[in-house]
Amino acid sequence: MSLAKRIIPCLDVDNGRVVKGVKFLEIRDAGDPVEIARRYNEQGADELTFLDITASHEGRATMVKVVEAVAGEVFIPLTVGGGIRTLEDISRMLNAGADKVSINTSAVQNPMFVKQAAERFGSQCIVVAVDAKRVSAADEAPRWEVFTHGGRKATGLDVVAWVTRMVDYGAGEILLTSMDRDGTREGFDLGVTRAVSTAVNVPIIASGGVGTLDHLVDGVKKGGADAVLAASIFHFGQFTIEQAKHHMRAAGIEVRL
Amino acid sequence: MSVVAIIDYGMGNLHSVAKAIERVGDGVRVRVTHDARELQSADRIVLPGVGAIRDCMQALHDRELVPVIHALAENKPLLGICLGMHALMDFSEENDGVECLGILPGSVRRFTDTMQERGERLKVPHMGWNQVHHNGHPLWRDVPQDSRFYFVHSYYVAPAHTSIISGTTRYGIEFCSVAARENVFATQFHPEKSQPAGLALLANFLRWNGV
Repeated sequence: MSLAKRIIPCLDVDNGRVVKGVKFLEIRDAGDPVEIARRYNEQGADELTFLDITASHEGRATMVKVVEAVAGEVFIPLTVGGGIRTLEDISRMLNAGADKVSINTSAVQNPMFVKQAAERFGSQCIVVAVDAKRVSAADEAPRWEVFTHGGRKATGLDVVAWVTRMVDYGAGEILLTSMDRDGTREGFDLGVTRAVSTAVNVPIIASGGVGTLDHLVDGVKKGGADAVLAASIFHFGQFTIEQAKHHMRAAGIEVRL
Repeated sequence: MSVVAIIDYGMGNLHSVAKAIERVGDGVRVRVTHDARELQSADRIVLPGVGAIRDCMQALHDRELVPVIHALAENKPLLGICLGMHALMDFSEENDGVECLGILPGSVRRFTDTMQERGERLKVPHMGWNQVHHNGHPLWRDVPQDSRFYFVHSYYVAPAHTSIISGTTRYGIEFCSVAARENVFATQFHPEKSQPAGLALLANFLRWNGV
């Protein structure tokens, strides 16, 4: 009997619609966030993460409605990321029914924002999302740098130092995405996952690169992650969350089934 | 019609608690309020809460809710959730020590940063789905033994008497994850975020008359 490692499907939302494919759900309205959230909940998702990729200001307002609708149907923790820039943005999402918000670019632009947010709302709802890219040469000791804007913009910040600082400022959880692995299906970058997990004492969500169920196992066992986040292996019907959990349990990992 | 009042003191995810109760309560009316009269006229009370205990107690004092909650705890079924559970205790060591409501006997302590299980360092906060080993309280009806619930907390309740322990959870140490006495029931986890077992527990709360 102990704490279960979590599986968190991630849904990208644009103007209130889920934009990645969801073939396996076999639902007519494939982009309905509420419907998709309900299915993932039925499959045993431990939490849900919604990433708002809407470009327009008006579109953002629809995200609040999405969160309200999902929170009225699905009673598991919900995290919302994308476009969280002010305390007011956080307040709005929490009042809509989100349990946590994920802060990425705004944290880099204004680190004190994370501190203010944690003081006002509590660390338990402040997730700092970090996009990491390896910048050391193959024959050097590994070093990763924080990137923003989907991996296009270097910040000069060292990932381990940055994460340590964010936890000092009150981040309650770290969502760590490897930009080198994201979309490759080659598995998590276990090096950076392990480095971050060892450096801080808050839970780490590993993200970026999952292509097989063994990758999820590796993220926990070799990377030291407390939770694993994946999008495409679930969206495209390759595996259900239940299958993933059975696979993890068979590998000796505690899961909620 | 049965009315459940959720105490609104400016902290916590009230929307989720309200929605979850509406989901399981057939014909139950949910009121989110800090109005003393409205609270006193409700059939059941929920004291939710996320955040830090100093702000929580300050908010209860600012709204003059402390005597109101004491009166409610005399006879109405009352459910404390997470920080709401902590507020019901005598004292919390969070924020350099805060006097709490003293409705349940015991204190609130922090998990140490050196806890281990199976050679693995345990993170603080304790975040995620963990099991609750429960006793025979009416709120556990139809909830399978050792069901998993969603937790997120760095502090836990250390009761002064084992008689108020209604459920325990293991995270480095065995701690009291559910406390109950007479008409008061308090959970460290979030039943409103713990589908399906959490919703079963909330449904039982709506049927419970406090004895």
